Amino acid sequence: MSFLGDVLQYIADNWSGNNGILDRSIGHLELSFWSLAIALLITLPPAVTLGHVRRGGNVAINVANIGRALPSFAILVLAYQLTDRIGAVPAIIALVALAVPPIFTNTYVGLSQVDPELREAARGMGMSGRQLLRRVELPIAMPLIMAGIRTAAVQVVATATLAILIGWAETPGYYIVVGLSLGNNVQVFAGALVVVVLALGVELLLAGTQRLVVSKGLRRSRGPRWTIEEDLESEVPATEPVPA
Amino acid sequence: MLLGANGPDSLIWWEWVGGHRDEILDALTQHIQLTVSSVVLGTLIAAPLAFLAMRWRWVYGPILSVGTILYTIPSLAAFVLLIEVMSLETAAILVLTSYTILILVRNIVAGLDSVPEDVKEAARGMGYSPLRQLVRVELPIALPTILAGIRLAVVTVIGLVTVAAIVGEGGLGDLILDGLERDFPTPLMIGAILSVLLAVTFDLALLGVQRLATPWQRKGR
Repeated sequence: MSFLGDVLQYIADNWSGNNGILDRSIGHLELSFWSLAIALLITLPPAVTLGHVRRGGNVAINVANIGRALPSFAILVLAYQLTDRIGAVPAIIALVALAVPPIFTNTYVGLSQVDPELREAARGMGMSGRQLLRRVELPIAMPLIMAGIRTAAVQVVATATLAILIGWAETPGYYIVVGLSLGNNVQVFAGALVVVVLALGVELLLAGTQRLVVSKGLRRSRGPRWTIEEDLESEVPATEPVPA
Repeated sequence: MLLGANGPDSLIWWEWVGGHRDEILDALTQHIQLTVSSVVLGTLIAAPLAFLAMRWRWVYGPILSVGTILYTIPSLAAFVLLIEVMSLETAAILVLTSYTILILVRNIVAGLDSVPEDVKEAARGMGYSPLRQLVRVELPIALPTILAGIRLAVVTVIGLVTVAAIVGEGGLGDLILDGLERDFPTPLMIGAILSVLLAVTFDLALLGVQRLATPWQRKGR
């Protein structure tokens, strides 16, 4: 049988059952989901507040720069070594640390870049600060906020693959690492294929979510989902997607 | 823990570090080599692609779409999918390079896009040939954005090289894996800390280059 045939056969044979591919994929998604959820919970409140009052641009720049420079694998093993534990705890700590910077920066930039004239118009219509935030600023910032969440999610899902190395075996990354050490190319390839499908699936899911939560009036028909231009006034560039 | 009583169980056992200085330096050198060659190669590929996208705008959309999909693929998967069909080193360089291309194309295009139409017209009016206009007028104006792209690419690759260690080609990542496999903190910590430091150092150094190369960008003068 061809190599690819062997790989598909391997996936079929190991699909279900205890610690099968399906189990490990769910474990992978669970780890990613909780990390992202915790990151959102601790990042959004301060980022939204700072963006709304337009203070703390320097914090946003620094968070963005530090976040970009952190190698994901290094963070993962540092979390493992410094907590002296294996499995979910260090994995989640590391993944949260990776997810915070893009979410924080994009939320801050999205909110602080809302046109001042729009804010004034909303004020003139008698909106309170809270209404301004909910009905004007957040909807306008939503594409950038979602882009930040997507960047974070892609990084988290990719890095969760490596969590096998610090004792979180509930990931298809298991097949890659075990296969490599056994010299079993079929197993390695099968694991990689599943990981790719998971990553693309999460990206698609979030792209769909973005379509749902972004106001129709703001939807661009095409073009990149992130902004490229550095805004000279705030000097905080929105986070760009980064592979992990 | 870092200083105090020092032995094999310490987070960093300095005696081991001293005894393995060459090994650590070699890993660091390999890390830098892989990074530099990938980014240089990436720039050589990205520049013509960016010019193509400037010339024919419709090319840009597909480049971005392909790039976005590529970025979604976890690097570990990309490495192992490729080592099936090529040598380790080629696979590593190829993956690392392809992860830099989108960042670089996007920033070159954004940089060239930011050149005001008036400026281009003035250059044409002064009799600049298209090539001279590109080199003398457009590229200098685009430089900050292009350098920002190179910075991002370098920092990204430094992180990805550590992952390449898992397939056996990873500079400082080799130290990290060595530490993981032997449950020996010192090489793990040294590899991880040095790769973070390397990323931060390159980031700051390139920021410095960016500032030096574009004195007119500085504010508050």
